[in-house]
Amino acid sequence: MKDFELIRKDFPILEAKVNGHHLIYLDNAATSQTPNCVIDSISDYYKNLNSNIHRGVHFLSQKATEKYENTRKKFKDHLNANSTKEIIFTSGTTHSINLIANGFINSLKPGDEIIVSQLEHHSNIVPWQMLSEKTGAKMKVIPMNNLGELDIKIYEKLLSNKTKVVFVNHVSNALGTVNPIKKIIEKAHRYDAKVLIDGAQAVPHFHVDVTELDVDFYVCSAHKFCGPTGVGILYGKQRILEELPPYQGGGEMIDEVTFEKTTYADLPNKFEPGTPNIAGVIASGVALDYINDIGLDNIKKYEDKLLAYATKKLKEINGVKIYGESENKTSVISFNIGDIHPYDIGSVIDNMGVAVRTGHHCAQPIMDYFKIPGTIRISFCFYNNFEEIDILIDSLKKAVRMLS
Amino acid sequence: MEIIEIQNEIVDEFNMFDSWMEKYEYLIDLGKNIPKISNENKTDDNIIKGCQSKVWLHATEDNGKVNFFADSDAIITKGIISLLIRTFSGQKPQDIIESNLDFIDKIGLRQHLSPNRANGLNNMIKKIKFYAIGFNKKINE
Repeated sequence: MKDFELIRKDFPILEAKVNGHHLIYLDNAATSQTPNCVIDSISDYYKNLNSNIHRGVHFLSQKATEKYENTRKKFKDHLNANSTKEIIFTSGTTHSINLIANGFINSLKPGDEIIVSQLEHHSNIVPWQMLSEKTGAKMKVIPMNNLGELDIKIYEKLLSNKTKVVFVNHVSNALGTVNPIKKIIEKAHRYDAKVLIDGAQAVPHFHVDVTELDVDFYVCSAHKFCGPTGVGILYGKQRILEELPPYQGGGEMIDEVTFEKTTYADLPNKFEPGTPNIAGVIASGVALDYINDIGLDNIKKYEDKLLAYATKKLKEINGVKIYGESENKTSVISFNIGDIHPYDIGSVIDNMGVAVRTGHHCAQPIMDYFKIPGTIRISFCFYNNFEEIDILIDSLKKAVRMLS
Repeated sequence: MEIIEIQNEIVDEFNMFDSWMEKYEYLIDLGKNIPKISNENKTDDNIIKGCQSKVWLHATEDNGKVNFFADSDAIITKGIISLLIRTFSGQKPQDIIESNLDFIDKIGLRQHLSPNRANGLNNMIKKIKFYAIGFNKKINE
């Protein structure tokens, strides 16, 4: 097993100074940092491989195509999909969700229902809301309890033969709750409803097996697991993806084009029009290898320790209220201190080099539930350490002294 | 005092502090003494959009001069608006419209605001100028 202290050396940005202090980066749920191997992969691509894929007969194009397609295979294996046809590269989770939501535009009609959870990121609400407005399908919401967990009993009551699609995140970005998606999927399938799981906050932290989950669509973003920004991975069951209409038209997604009619390419190209983010996709594969090399089981164990330590230390500060206290959560802590505005604390500790997220975390329905304007959110990656948590706690204490 | 003089005064005050922590402490103190908006004026119309925290701003006109009142649920934000109020309250609408706000850059405040927070600051200034334009029109009618 890799030594987690040595791992820090793989991330050049962790050496950065912010406002004269060492950077303490605790905003990993927004984006994780990038190890040298991923940065090198991008640089290597532009130095040695840059060319357009799937098109050229020349050496570079073939080489780049091979690497790109090989990356697809890596993700197919990692997520345990049945075929590389089930792995589509997009620009990110938001793009993936829009692609799938758009796919239902012709099949949904008034009277149909779609189900969302109260724990969603806006990116898993708004595309479906737009779909609901266009098709007349009604949107229903699975509520959550005080601990930030979904109420599965109410979910069961919301399901009916009218339900066509259910979309829930695997892990809440704002609270860290791990949702019982296996149960959610199984129950939806009893009514023949399709399920999309937003796995953006899950894939970086533990192993996901789409075949075992029997999920219809599973989406995630590379920049959350040490990959570059601008790359999303969309898994979809082959049979369902084949039925869905293409989202965007362009080159590479076609079979034959005449001015009368165009026939579309097979999967996965049907959903990858135009020149993709080739360097980014290849680098995402390198990031995947990197986290697999450390081992997701090791990562989970280590991050659980960070979570437990930080939770304990935080609770020692007077007035700390943690939002999202499920037994089953990833290394995310959302909290407030007394009635101090999260923005004030975030601003002050930023001056001490501590990077956290403040605000509603693109999940306003959760903040409305707790009747708060927002929270301070800290989120760990495996390169964070216990010393950083101590510095965070010190900075928070100083901030509280200044602000109260 | 003219707007430009007040701005220079603020710059001088901030120059006395060595670190941003001290500047923040000063902002926090200023926020505590903000000319408070009355509860009945804390309406949705008076909320400034684009701020991470809630900010209300209201203005009245008295003898050709504008007075501003504000509040926020975040104390640093309150400090920032109180600087704006100190600069613009008691000034003629025409002077407010024509003023150039340069103390924000001079005290280094803008670089301490992330783009979305700086956006909120721009919206505060915009709202102040809108009030001034409105009162100016009324005075000249």
